Amino acid sequence: MFRRYGKHCVATFAPDEVRVLRKVATEVVGLLTDGFDHGDPVVDRLFPDVYPTNADDSAEFRRFTEGDLKTGKIDQAGAILAALPSSSGGEVRLDEEAAEAWLRALNDARLAMGVRLDISADTDLGEELDDAVLSDPSSSRVFQLSVYAYLGYLQESLLTALTE
Amino acid sequence: MRATETHVAVVGASICSYDGGVAAPQTTPVQSPDVETLPATDRPWITVVHDDPVNLMTYVTWVFQKQFGYTFDKAQSLMLDVHNKGRAAVSHGARERMEYDASCLHGYGLWATVEQP
Repeated sequence: MFRRYGKHCVATFAPDEVRVLRKVATEVVGLLTDGFDHGDPVVDRLFPDVYPTNADDSAEFRRFTEGDLKTGKIDQAGAILAALPSSSGGEVRLDEEAAEAWLRALNDARLAMGVRLDISADTDLGEELDDAVLSDPSSSRVFQLSVYAYLGYLQESLLTALTE
Repeated sequence: MRATETHVAVVGASICSYDGGVAAPQTTPVQSPDVETLPATDRPWITVVHDDPVNLMTYVTWVFQKQFGYTFDKAQSLMLDVHNKGRAAVSHGARERMEYDASCLHGYGLWATVEQP
């Protein structure tokens, strides 16, 4: 978890954490490049219709803005990949600009996972995780829910470190 | 008067004021009282942020401060409106400006739309 040291937000990551962060950031980049598909609900969430009741105006807006928005999101996911230590773990030290890119990228990753995991306003993450563990502790859903929860704590700690 | 279908601001996340130092002017001057009598195309537009089960409340507050230069109190109050009422108008002004705001908010992962009330 991140702490503030002078002008930097600093965290030490274990090998497992580095692996998970690299995986989620790489998946976001994949989603925005080769895997980019407007039929994908994750893409719909990351690139919402700006005029929900007017498809033509939404399409026009998309035509002018989507390229830049996509580039921005790829760059912010790239900021995570660029700052991560080697797979043996280690320290991440972010200046303000990098910390903000991490915040946005962690949020994109959580949004993507939230759609895949069907997270709703009523979801109790603890209960959800308990149910998944009871049904099959080795399932992919248990892993995904744990990662989703972890990213939330990490994002919150970075935001606290950045704004304190 | 500009036709709506060609009336799209050319903006992108890359030029949003992420540095937070100087917030771009976020609203137009106060509208005149006879705004209701203006033709529809001249009435102000709003950027609306919708509630979302994923975004952290603290993060949304921070985004409103960053993007609009709002005080913490104003940003938090808007965030609570989004959370409790399902949506809140976070800025108002010319259509192009609202599209710019919405695009920037999409860069942060907020669910933002533009409308003319």
